Amino acid sequence: MAQTNSFGQTSNGEADDSPNMLVYRKMEDLIARMQDEKTGIPIRTVKSFLSKIPSVFSGSDIVQWLVKNLTIEDQVEALHLGTLMAAHGYFFPISDHVLTLKDDGTFYRFQTPYFWPSNCWEPENTDYAVYLCKRTMQNKARLELADYEAESLARLQRAFARKWEFIFMQAEAQAKVDKKRDKIERKILDSQERAFWDVHRPVSVYGLQNDIRSHSPTHTPAPEAKQPTVEELQEQIKFWQAQLDRHRLKMSKVAEGLLGYTEQYADYDPFLSTPDPSNPWISDDTTFWELEASKEPTQSRVKRWGFRMDEVLKDPAGREQFLKFLESEFSSENLRFWLAVQELKRRPIREVPSRVQEIWQEFLAPGAPSAINVDSKSYDKTTQNVKDPGRYAFEDAQEHIYMLMKSDSYSRFIRSSAYQELLQAKKKVGPSTLSTKP
Amino acid sequence: MAAQEVQPSETIAKLKSESEALKTKLEEERAKLHDVELHQVAEKVDPLGQFVMKTRRTLKGHGNKVLCMDWCKDKRRIVSSSQDGKVIVWDAFTTNKEHAVTMPCTWVMACAYAPSGCAVACGGLDNKCSVYPLSLDKNENLAAKKKSVAMHTNYLSACSFTNSDMQILTSSGDGTCALWDVESGQLLQSFHGHAADVLCLDLAPSETGNTFVSGGCDKKANVWDMRSGQCIQSFETHESDINSVRYYPSGDAFASGSDDATCRLYDLRADREVAIYSKESIIFGASSVDFSLSGRLLFGGYNDYTINVWDVLKGTRVSILFGHENRVSTLRVSPDGTAFCSGSWDHTLRVWA
Repeated sequence: MAQTNSFGQTSNGEADDSPNMLVYRKMEDLIARMQDEKTGIPIRTVKSFLSKIPSVFSGSDIVQWLVKNLTIEDQVEALHLGTLMAAHGYFFPISDHVLTLKDDGTFYRFQTPYFWPSNCWEPENTDYAVYLCKRTMQNKARLELADYEAESLARLQRAFARKWEFIFMQAEAQAKVDKKRDKIERKILDSQERAFWDVHRPVSVYGLQNDIRSHSPTHTPAPEAKQPTVEELQEQIKFWQAQLDRHRLKMSKVAEGLLGYTEQYADYDPFLSTPDPSNPWISDDTTFWELEASKEPTQSRVKRWGFRMDEVLKDPAGREQFLKFLESEFSSENLRFWLAVQELKRRPIREVPSRVQEIWQEFLAPGAPSAINVDSKSYDKTTQNVKDPGRYAFEDAQEHIYMLMKSDSYSRFIRSSAYQELLQAKKKVGPSTLSTKP
Repeated sequence: MAAQEVQPSETIAKLKSESEALKTKLEEERAKLHDVELHQVAEKVDPLGQFVMKTRRTLKGHGNKVLCMDWCKDKRRIVSSSQDGKVIVWDAFTTNKEHAVTMPCTWVMACAYAPSGCAVACGGLDNKCSVYPLSLDKNENLAAKKKSVAMHTNYLSACSFTNSDMQILTSSGDGTCALWDVESGQLLQSFHGHAADVLCLDLAPSETGNTFVSGGCDKKANVWDMRSGQCIQSFETHESDINSVRYYPSGDAFASGSDDATCRLYDLRADREVAIYSKESIIFGASSVDFSLSGRLLFGGYNDYTINVWDVLKGTRVSILFGHENRVSTLRVSPDGTAFCSGSWDHTLRVWA
């Protein structure tokens, strides 16, 4: 563990690649740009009633700068980003403990890099105690403790009663150093130190600001990667060689594929085309869901079966129609085999061996009642697999049958009068079919 | 220290450079087929209109950060889990809570609804994935019927049922993914290859699907063969942890969301990254991504409390949604694409349409 100094600051010299550090660095890049002499935010000293307010800019200055320099279309977005940066303490309102950004004339000041979150600050309560104690020693109206700070100080005095003398001494020493500074410099440093504590000891208990820096247990730093072994490297080399042998498609072809798919399904995408009659979440009317759940498929649902075979296989009504069509041709064994193997893979492992035998007997064994036609290679492999049956015993055979159905049965189904009639919505589907129109 | 076997360091160095050389060659081969950009081809596609996406339901009830959620196949129920160990099943349409379980651990980072709608799975810092059958009897104590299925050696980051209530796929902080038989708790297959925590996974949507994709803290997205346990494709272009992976609806591509503040699209047939979704003004990490039904829109939940909606083909951002008051930690589109649900560290879930 890295040592902490008296402020609880870890001295992590190496660049930390943790996700939080990534964000800090990006914000700090923005801050650097904001502070640029030519292209940054104009920082000025404002004359107030009795004194000068050094080194400030307004909230709307920040918003305008973000809109202009990050090409943000909407002020709301710029305000939101600015608020997050303020919550991290990169700039702060000079007259308020609450670290948000307002799009108006409210004055803000930049935080000094010393106090930036990327320095991995973890200040202790003793540090806070020293700070609050120091504040009470300096006779300035602007340094008077707010109510919540006074309460915190009282609590800390009770908690650290035994070492309060030590805390007092540290506070005294710090106050002494501060007195020696230039008046304007002190004003700025005091406000920056206060802003630091606004981040680490925020005013409100409903401290969303606390969560800003909250860590998920998943993002703990990874341990040192060990040196790979000879075997691991050989595996890696095998992997890269297999990847090199892969057949790749040209980007132009792939892009057309993506465009084509998206276009085909655009009518079915509720975010692109309003569902018929309405989107239940918007209208509070569940008719759309009732129609989709009905065993009588809508015309648009039937149309979808024509896109690709998977759409027929996915939809229970589609499977039913497909099966019915094949049965009428006395060629349903392929589909039944395919469905049986899908079902096999959904079973608990305990039931697999017996089910494998059943499927073998029904579809593949010599003299099987629903014999399917598989290429000899797949047949031999399957024969072997069945001897030591696992969930993937029929994988090769199933793949072969799937390709067969896709190129033969499926296209016949789509061209069939049964399907075409459904598509034209001439005939209703369902067991209670009344007599069709003459 | 390395084991005290006689491993000549020259052999290791030689193998290392051979591996690096092959990797470089692979990148060159991949780049050769890059004859055009996706957004260039997409110029001929009609631009999207203005979207009016609003919060249609707000689910309040969790007492702490919401970490994960999943939809039921009935398109209206969801399960959600949070930092304080609570797992809640809601009818999101009515916003009624239907079941609640308190897990014996905190940070329940993963939860999933079973395809039958009769059970939910969840896990987190307990390193396990447990299945709870959902009883119709409101008085029944769900916790009593709990079944421990998966055992990892570090936190559970994600879980998903396959097409059946009988198998669960898990990913873990121990760097592995695993496939389990729910009834017996037996490990059916394990998947090794990530060099650090695995944070997310998604099953391929195909009917013949035997593959899934995972993303991890090693910045890699790996595609796996469930049957053999082998990694069949790997992509490493992100600059930080990959928090979320999701297949494009056709199964030919997948999107990822990362702490590097970008989302990316990888195509499996082109074998490369084909789009980056990023903006100068987006500097906080993307925690979760999902596609709309047609694949035209990509929804991303971010650590800056917002949801950005991207035009997948043109690469532009079409909308930014405000509403959550803390990080968006999880986001899923409903099974029929009529809405998407986001969960946040602000303790709430929102359904948007």
